[in-house]
Amino acid sequence: MLPRTLNDRQLTAVKTVLFLAALLPALQLAWAIAFDGLGPNPVETLQRKTGTWTFNFLLLTLTVTPLRSISGMHWLIRLRRMLGLYAFFYGTLHFLTFIGFDHAFDINDIAKDVVKRPFATVGFVAWTLMLPLALTSTNAAIRRLGGKRWQTLHRSVYAVGILAAFHYFWLVKATALLWPILYATLLALLLGWRAQDRIRRYGPWPALPKVQTIRFFRK
Amino acid sequence: EKLPGVRPSQWTLDEKPTPYETIVSYGNFYEFGPDKDSPGKNAYRLRPRPWSVLVEGEVKKPQRFDIEDILKWAPLEERTYRMRCVEGWSMVVPWVGFPFSELMKRVEVTGNAKYVEFWSLADPEQMPYVRLPLLDWPYMEGLRLDEAMHPLTIFAVGLYGEVLPKPNGAPLRLVVPWKYGFKGAKSIVRIRFVREMPRTTWMKAGPDEYGFYSNVNPDVPHRRWSQSHERRLGEFLKRKTLPFNGYAEQVAQLYAGMDLRKFF
Repeated sequence: MLPRTLNDRQLTAVKTVLFLAALLPALQLAWAIAFDGLGPNPVETLQRKTGTWTFNFLLLTLTVTPLRSISGMHWLIRLRRMLGLYAFFYGTLHFLTFIGFDHAFDINDIAKDVVKRPFATVGFVAWTLMLPLALTSTNAAIRRLGGKRWQTLHRSVYAVGILAAFHYFWLVKATALLWPILYATLLALLLGWRAQDRIRRYGPWPALPKVQTIRFFRK
Repeated sequence: EKLPGVRPSQWTLDEKPTPYETIVSYGNFYEFGPDKDSPGKNAYRLRPRPWSVLVEGEVKKPQRFDIEDILKWAPLEERTYRMRCVEGWSMVVPWVGFPFSELMKRVEVTGNAKYVEFWSLADPEQMPYVRLPLLDWPYMEGLRLDEAMHPLTIFAVGLYGEVLPKPNGAPLRLVVPWKYGFKGAKSIVRIRFVREMPRTTWMKAGPDEYGFYSNVNPDVPHRRWSQSHERRLGEFLKRKTLPFNGYAEQVAQLYAGMDLRKFF
Protein backbone atom coordinates (compact mmCIF):
# COMPACT_ATOMS: atom_id res chain seq x y z
CA MET A 1 0.00 0.00 0.00
CA LEU A 2 2.68 2.48 1.05
CA PRO A 3 5.69 2.85 -1.22
CA ARG A 4 9.02 1.42 -0.13
CA THR A 5 10.82 4.57 -1.18
CA LEU A 6 9.83 8.21 -1.12
CA ASN A 7 11.35 11.16 -2.93
CA ASP A 8 12.14 14.34 -1.02
CA ARG A 9 8.89 16.03 -1.92
CA GLN A 10 6.80 13.09 -0.81
CA LEU A 11 8.75 12.83 2.41
CA THR A 12 8.18 16.51 3.18
CA ALA A 13 4.46 16.01 2.59
CA VAL A 14 4.35 12.99 4.92
CA LYS A 15 6.26 14.88 7.58
CA THR A 16 3.95 17.90 7.35
CA VAL A 17 0.86 15.73 7.70
CA LEU A 18 2.39 13.88 10.65
CA PHE A 19 3.45 17.13 12.32
CA LEU A 20 -0.08 18.53 12.13
CA ALA A 21 -1.74 15.28 13.15
CA ALA A 22 0.52 14.97 16.19
CA LEU A 23 -0.40 18.49 17.20
CA LEU A 24 -4.13 17.72 17.18
CA PRO A 25 -4.39 16.38 20.77
CA ALA A 26 -2.70 19.54 22.05
CA LEU A 27 -5.01 21.73 19.99
CA GLN A 28 -7.99 19.78 21.23
CA LEU A 29 -6.91 20.39 24.83
CA ALA A 30 -6.31 24.08 24.14
CA TRP A 31 -9.81 24.26 22.68
CA ALA A 32 -11.29 22.51 25.72
CA ILE A 33 -9.47 24.89 28.07
CA ALA A 34 -10.77 27.90 26.16
CA PHE A 35 -14.37 26.68 26.01
CA ASP A 36 -14.71 25.01 29.39
CA GLY A 37 -14.80 21.52 27.91
CA LEU A 38 -12.57 19.68 30.36
CA GLY A 39 -15.38 18.40 32.58
CA PRO A 40 -15.88 18.67 36.34
CA ASN A 41 -12.21 18.00 37.21
CA PRO A 42 -10.25 19.91 34.54
CA VAL A 43 -6.83 19.32 36.08
CA GLU A 44 -7.34 15.58 36.19
CA THR A 45 -8.46 15.60 32.56
CA LEU A 46 -5.37 17.57 31.52
CA GLN A 47 -3.07 15.26 33.45
CA ARG A 48 -4.62 12.14 32.00
CA LYS A 49 -4.70 13.31 28.41
CA THR A 50 -1.15 14.65 28.38
CA GLY A 51 0.06 11.46 30.10
CA THR A 52 -1.74 9.20 27.64
CA TRP A 53 -0.37 11.09 24.63
CA THR A 54 3.14 10.96 26.01
CA PHE A 55 2.88 7.19 26.19
CA ASN A 56 1.22 7.01 22.75
CA PHE A 57 4.11 8.88 21.15
CA LEU A 58 6.67 6.82 23.05
CA LEU A 59 5.11 3.67 21.64
CA LEU A 60 4.91 5.18 18.15
CA THR A 61 8.58 6.16 18.33
CA LEU A 62 9.49 2.63 19.35
CA THR A 63 7.38 1.21 16.52
CA VAL A 64 9.47 2.86 13.80
CA THR A 65 12.42 0.46 13.84
CA PRO A 66 10.48 -2.82 13.87
CA LEU A 67 8.01 -1.53 11.29
CA ARG A 68 10.81 -0.35 9.04
CA SER A 69 12.62 -3.63 9.33
CA ILE A 70 9.54 -5.71 8.68
CA SER A 71 8.12 -3.60 5.86
CA GLY A 72 11.36 -2.51 4.23
CA MET A 73 10.09 1.10 4.18
CA HIS A 74 13.33 2.71 5.19
CA TRP A 75 12.01 6.24 4.96
CA LEU A 76 10.09 5.61 8.18
CA ILE A 77 13.31 6.27 10.10
CA ARG A 78 13.07 9.87 8.95
CA LEU A 79 9.91 10.29 11.04
CA ARG A 80 11.37 8.92 14.25
CA ARG A 81 12.91 12.12 15.55
CA MET A 82 9.65 14.03 15.21
CA LEU A 83 7.70 11.30 17.02
CA GLY A 84 10.27 11.24 19.81
CA LEU A 85 10.16 15.01 20.17
CA TYR A 86 6.39 14.88 20.37
CA ALA A 87 6.68 12.33 23.17
CA PHE A 88 8.92 14.82 24.94
CA PHE A 89 6.52 17.67 24.16
CA TYR A 90 3.51 15.90 25.68
CA GLY A 91 5.69 14.59 28.52
CA THR A 92 6.71 18.13 29.32
CA LEU A 93 3.10 19.35 29.33
CA HIS A 94 2.29 16.42 31.61
CA PHE A 95 5.20 17.33 33.90
CA LEU A 96 4.08 20.98 33.95
CA THR A 97 0.56 20.03 35.08
CA PHE A 98 2.17 18.05 37.89
CA ILE A 99 4.52 20.74 39.17
CA GLY A 100 2.06 23.54 38.49
CA PHE A 101 -1.39 22.30 39.47
CA ASP A 102 -0.37 19.73 42.07
CA HIS A 103 2.40 21.72 43.74
CA ALA A 104 2.03 25.35 42.66
CA PHE A 105 5.70 25.23 41.49
CA ASP A 106 6.88 24.84 45.10
CA ILE A 107 10.29 23.16 44.78
CA ASN A 108 10.23 21.67 48.29
CA ASP A 109 6.80 20.25 47.75
CA ILE A 110 7.77 18.76 44.40
CA ALA A 111 10.97 17.25 45.79
CA LYS A 112 9.11 15.68 48.71
CA ASP A 113 6.51 14.16 46.42
CA VAL A 114 9.10 12.83 43.98
CA VAL A 115 11.12 11.22 46.76
CA LYS A 116 8.18 9.83 48.70
CA ARG A 117 5.99 8.24 46.13
CA PRO A 118 7.17 5.61 43.67
CA PHE A 119 4.82 6.61 40.89
CA ALA A 120 5.93 10.24 41.04
CA THR A 121 9.56 9.09 41.26
CA VAL A 122 9.46 6.98 38.12
CA GLY A 123 7.49 9.65 36.27
CA PHE A 124 10.05 12.25 37.18
CA VAL A 125 12.98 10.02 36.24
CA ALA A 126 11.35 9.16 32.92
CA TRP A 127 10.90 12.82 32.05
CA THR A 128 14.47 13.61 33.16
CA LEU A 129 15.80 10.84 30.93
CA MET A 130 13.91 12.25 27.96
CA LEU A 131 15.47 15.67 28.41
CA PRO A 132 18.99 14.84 27.11
CA LEU A 133 17.44 12.88 24.26
CA ALA A 134 15.46 15.91 23.17
CA LEU A 135 18.49 18.16 23.55
CA THR A 136 20.67 15.88 21.40
CA SER A 137 18.08 15.39 18.70
CA THR A 138 19.68 17.78 16.18
CA ASN A 139 21.96 16.68 13.34
CA ALA A 140 24.70 18.83 14.84
CA ALA A 141 24.44 16.97 18.15
CA ILE A 142 24.65 13.62 16.40
CA ARG A 143 27.82 14.77 14.61
CA ARG A 144 29.31 16.14 17.79
CA LEU A 145 28.63 12.98 19.79
CA GLY A 146 29.44 10.60 17.00
CA GLY A 147 26.90 8.09 15.78
CA LYS A 148 27.92 5.29 18.11
CA ARG A 149 27.79 7.31 21.31
CA TRP A 150 24.63 9.06 20.20
CA GLN A 151 22.97 5.70 19.66
CA THR A 152 24.06 4.42 23.06
CA LEU A 153 22.65 7.52 24.73
CA HIS A 154 19.39 7.25 22.85
CA ARG A 155 18.88 3.65 23.91
CA SER A 156 17.73 5.11 27.24
CA VAL A 157 14.37 5.54 25.51
CA TYR A 158 13.81 1.86 26.38
CA ALA A 159 14.22 2.76 30.06
CA VAL A 160 11.81 5.67 29.58
CA GLY A 161 9.23 3.26 28.17
CA ILE A 162 9.62 0.82 31.05
CA LEU A 163 9.41 3.61 33.64
CA ALA A 164 6.32 4.98 31.92
CA ALA A 165 4.68 1.56 32.20
CA PHE A 166 5.40 1.41 35.95
CA HIS A 167 4.20 4.99 36.35
CA TYR A 168 0.89 4.01 34.76
CA PHE A 169 0.49 0.81 36.78
CA TRP A 170 1.08 2.48 40.13
CA LEU A 171 -1.29 5.27 39.34
CA VAL A 172 -4.48 3.31 38.88
CA LYS A 173 -6.64 1.27 41.20
CA ALA A 174 -6.65 -2.50 40.99
CA THR A 175 -10.03 -2.22 39.28
CA ALA A 176 -8.66 -0.14 36.40
CA LEU A 177 -5.67 -2.20 35.29
CA LEU A 178 -6.92 -2.86 31.78
CA TRP A 179 -5.25 0.15 30.12
CA PRO A 180 -1.90 -0.13 31.91
CA ILE A 181 -1.81 -3.81 30.96
CA LEU A 182 -2.55 -2.97 27.34
CA TYR A 183 0.17 -0.32 27.18
CA ALA A 184 2.69 -2.54 28.95
CA THR A 185 1.91 -5.38 26.54
CA LEU A 186 2.49 -3.17 23.51
CA LEU A 187 5.75 -1.95 25.04
CA ALA A 188 6.82 -5.52 25.78
CA LEU A 189 6.13 -6.50 22.16
CA LEU A 190 8.18 -3.58 20.83
CA LEU A 191 11.10 -4.20 23.18
CA GLY A 192 10.79 -7.96 22.73
CA TRP A 193 11.09 -7.59 18.99
CA ARG A 194 14.39 -5.74 19.50
CA ALA A 195 15.74 -8.37 21.86
CA GLN A 196 14.81 -11.07 19.42
CA ASP A 197 16.35 -9.12 16.55
CA ARG A 198 19.62 -8.66 18.44
CA ILE A 199 19.79 -12.29 19.35
CA ARG A 200 19.15 -13.24 15.76
CA ARG A 201 21.94 -10.99 14.56
CA TYR A 202 24.63 -11.09 17.20
CA GLY A 203 23.44 -13.62 19.74
CA PRO A 204 26.03 -15.98 21.14
CA TRP A 205 23.37 -18.61 21.29
CA PRO A 206 23.28 -21.17 18.55
CA ALA A 207 20.38 -21.13 16.17
CA LEU A 208 17.61 -23.47 17.18
CA PRO A 209 17.94 -26.86 15.60
CA LYS A 210 15.59 -27.41 12.75
CA VAL A 211 12.64 -29.52 13.76
CA GLN A 212 10.19 -31.39 11.69
CA THR A 213 6.85 -29.62 11.79
CA ILE A 214 3.93 -31.77 12.76
CA ARG A 215 1.10 -31.66 10.32
CA PHE A 216 -2.36 -32.15 11.76
CA PHE A 217 -4.32 -31.85 8.57
CA ARG A 218 -3.70 -33.21 5.17
CA LYS A 219 -3.60 -30.63 2.43
CA GLU B 1 -38.72 16.32 41.87
CA LYS B 2 -38.79 18.56 44.95
CA LEU B 3 -38.82 16.96 48.39
CA PRO B 4 -41.46 18.51 50.66
CA GLY B 5 -40.79 19.98 54.08
CA VAL B 6 -37.01 20.07 54.02
CA ARG B 7 -35.67 22.15 56.88
CA PRO B 8 -32.20 23.42 57.67
CA SER B 9 -30.03 21.54 60.12
CA GLN B 10 -27.67 22.73 62.83
CA TRP B 11 -25.07 20.40 61.32
CA THR B 12 -25.09 22.07 57.94
CA LEU B 13 -21.93 23.72 56.63
CA ASP B 14 -21.60 27.30 55.54
CA GLU B 15 -19.60 26.64 52.38
CA LYS B 16 -20.51 27.18 48.77
CA PRO B 17 -21.95 23.93 47.41
CA THR B 18 -20.47 22.33 44.30
CA PRO B 19 -22.81 22.85 41.30
CA TYR B 20 -25.57 20.27 40.90
CA GLU B 21 -24.36 19.29 37.41
CA THR B 22 -20.93 18.44 38.80
CA ILE B 23 -22.27 16.37 41.69
CA VAL B 24 -24.44 14.23 39.41
CA SER B 25 -21.86 13.79 36.64
CA TYR B 26 -18.66 13.09 38.55
CA GLY B 27 -18.08 10.31 41.03
CA ASN B 28 -17.50 6.66 41.72
CA PHE B 29 -20.33 4.13 41.50
CA TYR B 30 -18.61 1.05 40.14
CA GLU B 31 -21.87 -0.81 39.59
CA PHE B 32 -22.31 1.55 36.64
CA GLY B 33 -18.72 1.55 35.45
CA PRO B 34 -15.18 2.30 36.58
CA ASP B 35 -14.81 5.89 35.36
CA LYS B 36 -15.80 9.12 37.08
CA ASP B 37 -18.34 9.86 34.37
CA SER B 38 -19.78 6.31 34.26
CA PRO B 39 -22.52 6.80 36.88
CA GLY B 40 -23.70 10.00 35.19
CA LYS B 41 -23.93 8.14 31.90
CA ASN B 42 -25.27 4.75 33.00
CA ALA B 43 -27.24 5.17 36.20
CA TYR B 44 -30.43 5.96 34.29
CA ARG B 45 -30.91 2.16 34.31
CA LEU B 46 -31.48 2.17 38.07
CA ARG B 47 -35.11 1.69 39.19
CA PRO B 48 -35.46 3.32 42.63
CA ARG B 49 -39.16 2.37 42.95
CA PRO B 50 -40.46 0.07 44.25
CA TRP B 51 -37.68 -0.28 46.83
CA SER B 52 -37.31 -1.86 50.23
CA VAL B 53 -34.55 -2.27 52.77
CA LEU B 54 -34.06 -5.45 54.80
CA VAL B 55 -32.80 -4.92 58.34
CA GLU B 56 -31.44 -8.07 59.97
CA GLY B 57 -28.66 -9.59 62.06
CA GLU B 58 -28.40 -8.76 65.75
CA VAL B 59 -31.95 -7.44 65.97
CA LYS B 60 -34.94 -8.90 67.82
CA LYS B 61 -37.15 -8.95 64.74
CA PRO B 62 -35.65 -8.72 61.25
CA GLN B 63 -37.83 -6.44 59.16
CA ARG B 64 -38.26 -5.19 55.64
CA PHE B 65 -39.01 -1.47 55.32
CA ASP B 66 -40.57 0.16 52.29
CA ILE B 67 -38.81 3.27 51.01
CA GLU B 68 -42.04 5.28 51.15
CA ASP B 69 -42.26 4.59 54.87
CA ILE B 70 -38.57 5.29 55.46
CA LEU B 71 -39.05 8.73 53.94
CA LYS B 72 -41.60 9.48 56.68
CA TRP B 73 -39.43 8.37 59.61
CA ALA B 74 -38.18 11.85 60.43
CA PRO B 75 -38.32 15.42 59.21
CA LEU B 76 -35.98 15.83 56.24
CA GLU B 77 -33.02 18.07 56.93
CA GLU B 78 -30.70 19.87 54.58
CA ARG B 79 -27.14 18.86 55.46
CA THR B 80 -24.44 20.56 53.46
CA TYR B 81 -21.34 18.44 54.02
CA ARG B 82 -17.81 18.27 52.69
CA MET B 83 -17.19 15.14 50.66
CA ARG B 84 -13.56 14.00 50.40
CA CYS B 85 -12.78 11.13 48.04
CA VAL B 86 -9.87 8.84 48.93
CA GLU B 87 -8.54 9.61 45.43
CA GLY B 88 -7.77 13.20 46.39
CA TRP B 89 -10.68 15.25 45.08
CA SER B 90 -13.47 16.80 47.07
CA MET B 91 -16.73 18.68 46.82
CA VAL B 92 -19.40 20.28 48.98
CA VAL B 93 -22.75 18.52 48.79
CA PRO B 94 -26.12 19.79 50.06
CA TRP B 95 -27.60 16.43 51.04
CA VAL B 96 -31.15 15.98 52.25
CA GLY B 97 -31.68 13.27 54.83
CA PHE B 98 -32.05 12.30 58.46
CA PRO B 99 -29.81 10.71 61.09
CA PHE B 100 -29.07 6.99 60.91
CA SER B 101 -30.14 6.77 64.55
CA GLU B 102 -33.77 7.03 63.37
CA LEU B 103 -33.44 3.43 62.22
CA MET B 104 -32.26 2.36 65.67
CA LYS B 105 -35.53 3.64 67.13
CA ARG B 106 -37.45 1.25 64.87
CA VAL B 107 -35.58 -2.01 65.29
CA GLU B 108 -34.62 -3.59 68.55
CA VAL B 109 -30.88 -4.03 68.24
CA THR B 110 -29.51 -6.63 70.65
CA GLY B 111 -26.61 -5.95 73.00
CA ASN B 112 -24.39 -8.14 70.83
CA ALA B 113 -24.37 -5.70 67.92
CA LYS B 114 -21.04 -3.90 67.64
CA TYR B 115 -20.90 -3.07 63.96
CA VAL B 116 -23.33 -2.42 61.16
CA GLU B 117 -23.04 -3.43 57.52
CA PHE B 118 -24.58 -1.57 54.59
CA TRP B 119 -25.20 -3.61 51.46
CA SER B 120 -25.82 -2.03 48.07
CA LEU B 121 -28.00 -3.41 45.32
CA ALA B 122 -26.18 -5.66 42.84
CA ASP B 123 -28.69 -6.33 40.08
CA PRO B 124 -27.05 -7.06 36.71
CA GLU B 125 -30.25 -5.99 34.93
CA GLN B 126 -29.94 -2.47 36.28
CA MET B 127 -26.22 -2.35 36.99
CA PRO B 128 -24.32 -3.67 33.98
CA TYR B 129 -20.88 -3.65 35.64
CA VAL B 130 -21.72 -6.08 38.42
CA ARG B 131 -21.30 -8.74 35.73
CA LEU B 132 -17.58 -7.88 35.76
CA PRO B 133 -15.34 -8.83 38.66
CA LEU B 134 -14.26 -5.22 39.31
CA LEU B 135 -15.10 -5.65 42.99
CA ASP B 136 -16.53 -8.39 45.16
CA TRP B 137 -20.22 -7.70 44.59
CA PRO B 138 -22.52 -6.76 46.19
CA TYR B 139 -20.79 -3.64 47.51
CA MET B 140 -20.65 -3.58 51.29
CA GLU B 141 -19.50 -0.93 53.71
CA GLY B 142 -19.53 -0.88 57.49
CA LEU B 143 -19.33 1.30 60.57
CA ARG B 144 -18.75 0.75 64.24
CA LEU B 145 -22.08 1.15 66.01
CA ASP B 146 -21.07 4.36 67.80
CA GLU B 147 -19.92 5.86 64.50
CA ALA B 148 -23.22 4.95 62.91
CA MET B 149 -25.16 6.54 65.75
CA HIS B 150 -23.22 9.80 65.63
CA PRO B 151 -25.59 12.66 64.71
CA LEU B 152 -23.48 13.51 61.66
CA THR B 153 -24.08 10.07 60.12
CA ILE B 154 -27.12 10.30 57.88
CA PHE B 155 -29.21 8.43 55.42
CA ALA B 156 -29.38 10.72 52.40
CA VAL B 157 -32.55 10.67 50.30
CA GLY B 158 -32.06 13.93 48.45
CA LEU B 159 -29.70 16.47 46.97
CA TYR B 160 -30.24 20.22 46.47
CA GLY B 161 -33.73 19.85 47.92
CA GLU B 162 -34.69 17.25 45.32
CA VAL B 163 -35.09 13.48 45.28
CA LEU B 164 -31.67 11.79 45.35
CA PRO B 165 -30.43 11.43 41.75
CA LYS B 166 -29.64 7.93 40.47
CA PRO B 167 -25.87 8.49 39.98
CA ASN B 168 -25.60 9.48 43.64
CA GLY B 169 -27.15 6.30 45.01
CA ALA B 170 -30.92 6.64 44.79
CA PRO B 171 -33.14 6.11 46.61
CA LEU B 172 -31.23 5.73 49.89
CA ARG B 173 -27.55 6.03 50.70
CA LEU B 174 -25.27 6.53 53.65
CA VAL B 175 -23.25 9.71 54.22
CA VAL B 176 -20.45 9.79 56.80
CA PRO B 177 -18.82 13.17 56.23
CA TRP B 178 -15.61 12.66 58.25
CA LYS B 179 -14.70 9.51 56.29
CA TYR B 180 -13.55 9.02 52.73
CA GLY B 181 -16.43 9.02 50.29
CA PHE B 182 -16.42 5.30 49.55
CA LYS B 183 -17.67 4.61 53.10
CA GLY B 184 -21.02 6.03 52.01
CA ALA B 185 -22.73 2.97 50.55
CA LYS B 186 -25.18 3.81 47.76
CA SER B 187 -28.56 2.34 46.80
CA ILE B 188 -28.81 0.39 50.06
CA VAL B 189 -31.01 -2.74 50.10
CA ARG B 190 -29.80 -4.48 53.25
CA ILE B 191 -28.57 -3.41 56.66
CA ARG B 192 -27.11 -5.99 58.99
CA PHE B 193 -26.11 -5.54 62.62
CA VAL B 194 -23.18 -7.79 63.49
CA ARG B 195 -20.79 -8.70 66.31
CA GLU B 196 -17.54 -8.70 64.34
CA MET B 197 -15.86 -5.99 62.32
CA PRO B 198 -16.91 -6.69 58.73
CA ARG B 199 -14.39 -7.10 55.93
CA THR B 200 -15.71 -4.49 53.55
CA THR B 201 -15.56 -4.55 49.77
CA TRP B 202 -12.61 -2.18 49.53
CA MET B 203 -10.73 -3.93 52.32
CA LYS B 204 -10.96 -7.09 50.23
CA ALA B 205 -9.90 -5.25 47.07
CA GLY B 206 -6.85 -3.61 48.67
CA PRO B 207 -6.19 -4.54 52.32
CA ASP B 208 -3.14 -2.29 52.65
CA GLU B 209 -4.74 0.63 50.82
CA TYR B 210 -8.21 0.81 52.35
CA GLY B 211 -8.76 0.34 56.05
CA PHE B 212 -12.01 -0.26 57.91
CA TYR B 213 -12.06 3.19 59.50
CA SER B 214 -10.95 5.26 56.49
CA ASN B 215 -11.25 8.50 58.40
CA VAL B 216 -10.07 11.48 56.38
CA ASN B 217 -6.54 11.99 57.67
CA PRO B 218 -3.94 14.28 56.05
CA ASP B 219 -1.18 12.61 58.08
CA VAL B 220 -1.77 9.06 56.91
CA PRO B 221 -0.92 8.73 53.23
CA HIS B 222 -2.56 6.25 50.91
CA ARG B 223 -0.07 3.61 49.82
CA ARG B 224 0.42 5.34 46.49
CA TRP B 225 -0.34 9.00 47.10
CA SER B 226 -0.31 11.62 49.80
CA GLN B 227 -3.57 12.59 51.50
CA SER B 228 -2.24 15.93 52.76
CA HIS B 229 -3.99 17.94 50.05
CA GLU B 230 -7.10 17.66 47.94
CA ARG B 231 -8.48 19.24 44.81
CA ARG B 232 -11.89 20.78 45.35
CA LEU B 233 -13.78 20.33 42.10
CA GLY B 234 -13.86 23.67 40.31
CA GLU B 235 -10.53 24.81 41.77
CA PHE B 236 -7.18 24.54 40.04
CA LEU B 237 -4.78 24.51 42.96
CA LYS B 238 -4.98 22.00 45.76
CA ARG B 239 -6.09 22.89 49.25
CA LYS B 240 -5.03 21.37 52.56
CA THR B 241 -7.02 18.37 53.73
CA LEU B 242 -8.41 18.77 57.25
CA PRO B 243 -8.25 16.07 59.94
CA PHE B 244 -11.56 14.19 59.94
CA ASN B 245 -12.45 16.31 56.92
CA GLY B 246 -12.98 19.31 59.18
CA TYR B 247 -15.28 17.48 61.61
CA ALA B 248 -12.61 16.72 64.23
CA GLU B 249 -14.40 18.74 66.90
CA GLN B 250 -17.50 16.58 66.52
CA VAL B 251 -15.98 13.12 66.02
CA ALA B 252 -12.37 12.96 67.27
CA GLN B 253 -13.47 11.65 70.68
CA LEU B 254 -14.80 8.50 68.98
CA TYR B 255 -11.19 7.50 68.39
CA ALA B 256 -9.61 8.64 71.66
CA GLY B 257 -6.60 6.49 72.48
CA MET B 258 -6.51 4.76 69.09
CA ASP B 259 -3.40 4.78 66.91
CA LEU B 260 -4.90 6.23 63.73
CA ARG B 261 -1.90 5.10 61.67
CA LYS B 262 -2.64 1.53 62.59
CA PHE B 263 -6.41 1.85 62.42
CA PHE B 264 -6.49 3.79 59.16
